[in-house]
Amino acid sequence: MEQIANAFKRLKEDGKAAFVPFSVAGFPSRERSLEVFLKLAEFGDVLEFGFPFSDPIADGPVIQLAAGEAIRNGLTMDVAFEMISEIRDHSDTPIVFFSYFNPIHKYGAERFAERAHESGVNGVLVVDLPLEESSWLKPATDAAGLAWINLATPTTPGPRIERMNSDGSGFLYYVSRTGVTGADGGLPPDLALKCERLRQVSRFPVAVGFGISTPADARALKEHVDGIVVGSAILSLIQKGCSSDELDQWLDNMAEAVH
Amino acid sequence: MLCTTRSAPTVRPDSKGYYGEFGGRFVPEILITPLLELEEAFLGISDSPEFMKELDLLLETYAGRETPLFYAARFSEKFGGGKLYLKREDLLHTGAHKINNTLGQGLLARRMGKRKIIAETGAGQHGVATAAAAALMGLECKVFMGEEDIRRQAPNVFRMKLMGAEVIPVSAGTATLKDAMSEAMRHWATHISDTFYVIGSVAGPHPYPLMVKRFQAVIGHETRRQILIAEGRLPDKVIACVGGGSNSAGIFHAFLGDSGVDLIGVEAGGLGIDSGKHGATLCAGEPGVFHGSRSYVLQDEHGQIKEAHSISAGLDYPGVGPEHAFLAATGRVNYVPVNDDEALEAFSILCKTEGIIPALESSHALAQAMKELPRMAPEDICIVNLSGRGDKDMPIIEKALAGI
Repeated sequence: MEQIANAFKRLKEDGKAAFVPFSVAGFPSRERSLEVFLKLAEFGDVLEFGFPFSDPIADGPVIQLAAGEAIRNGLTMDVAFEMISEIRDHSDTPIVFFSYFNPIHKYGAERFAERAHESGVNGVLVVDLPLEESSWLKPATDAAGLAWINLATPTTPGPRIERMNSDGSGFLYYVSRTGVTGADGGLPPDLALKCERLRQVSRFPVAVGFGISTPADARALKEHVDGIVVGSAILSLIQKGCSSDELDQWLDNMAEAVH
Repeated sequence: MLCTTRSAPTVRPDSKGYYGEFGGRFVPEILITPLLELEEAFLGISDSPEFMKELDLLLETYAGRETPLFYAARFSEKFGGGKLYLKREDLLHTGAHKINNTLGQGLLARRMGKRKIIAETGAGQHGVATAAAAALMGLECKVFMGEEDIRRQAPNVFRMKLMGAEVIPVSAGTATLKDAMSEAMRHWATHISDTFYVIGSVAGPHPYPLMVKRFQAVIGHETRRQILIAEGRLPDKVIACVGGGSNSAGIFHAFLGDSGVDLIGVEAGGLGIDSGKHGATLCAGEPGVFHGSRSYVLQDEHGQIKEAHSISAGLDYPGVGPEHAFLAATGRVNYVPVNDDEALEAFSILCKTEGIIPALESSHALAQAMKELPRMAPEDICIVNLSGRGDKDMPIIEKALAGI
């Protein structure tokens, strides 16, 4: 449970924000997504491992398409854990398992938590398990020593942030704006201020995501947050069929901008 | 005198929106605040005689309530056994029971100061009913509809547009009702400050299942009073079709406490349960979390949601309302599947024996009545909720009958 918090702590001591890249397992294929995750683990400080779901209601078109293709490619929970073990063979970067609840519900909460821990997962973020519903999974992930990452949004009231302080661990994922994942619509002008305010009340490091797609976005925010999550922008690159070198270059630029 | 919608429900969820182990609020954090605001506003109007008076007046003078309870003599005689009554929700404005709910939610949206309403639709009936409520109340309206359904239900798309609604095609996933609902939830998450999401079924996160049932409960209250006047006693059986489950929740509700009344929910058996092409969520699905609540779901062995199939677009949904999952678990309601061909046969028979053209959804409930009636005694009473009319289904039926 400490690996994620420690990663943020070390960077903070160096005056840096954490780069938290995300991709979807199984997209565009199992093998290619494994290569991508290994790169993300190399350039990133914390890795978000996205498990695909057929009906991702918090995601925009880029992640919807990627998830659909991953499912058609046969990406199941067991395959996901195999991939995480393979990432672990090469990297110590902390891994957050990012998913909707139904595939975990179907797999079984205890079985999921045990297998996740064994394969090398350090924390979980389940998009559709808000505080009210976390009891369906959190006791099992707590028992397995996995961090529980909560989401906060621009409309989350103060008392809920306080509950997240006592019911969460690792870091707090701040959703930059109302809406779904993806770059459409730009970032709110007061985002930096909102992040600063949240940092003052959150017990955990704050990482911001949703709509952050360029090094310029990252540079504008990095002084005001503890971490920056980038997802759809990476998937868009992969969708365009970028080469290994191009991806390296892009991740290097982004990591440099965040740090 | 219009039958009141005010009496207390006999099955209520707990404070977290759970019916037993079903229900809840499984949504991304961004939707929590608007759902809490909605719950507060809904509980406010539940106790407001002024709101209910306004709604009752619209139900009476605009939607055409109360709807008749009709004794279908020739249909009954054809099958021997019991007497069949039809609750004529098909006679309502816009052609189905959906208007009961959209008028209620439209008034609530206006009271909450939301000027924009959105809805998902499958067959288009809920979309049309939402578009009508929006026009009536001067609200801006967007309806999300799968591209596949837009093709199947072209007349309803045109009706929505005529009433000023914008129909937004959804091409994601299977391009049907489930994807339209996902897209509506995404739009809501993006526009929570000025937009009210009008869900059409007793599905979705708390408080939608409770709220939609509340607005549909008028069906059961009227039916109960009407049968007591017509026959001097309660019915032996009440049958209704179940997609997400709003018309059935509305009529069952008034009889849940009457142990002598058999309640039968009819799901879409499609091409047969064994074919895998069906919408029989309670009969052939299993517990899961989908579209904001824990209920029964059609899913594969890995927890991915499966596509449903039914000849009727309104039953073509891989989820079902959490209260139905609870009523199935307790055994109070018996849920059974009826296949496409059985529904078509029942459709044809009602057209010819009574001169009533039912919706394909409601034809599923009629097909179950055809199975029940011969087993009943002549004095026994069976009520079918005829939830909608069949005008929207003409192109599909023309094709299907040509194929037989």
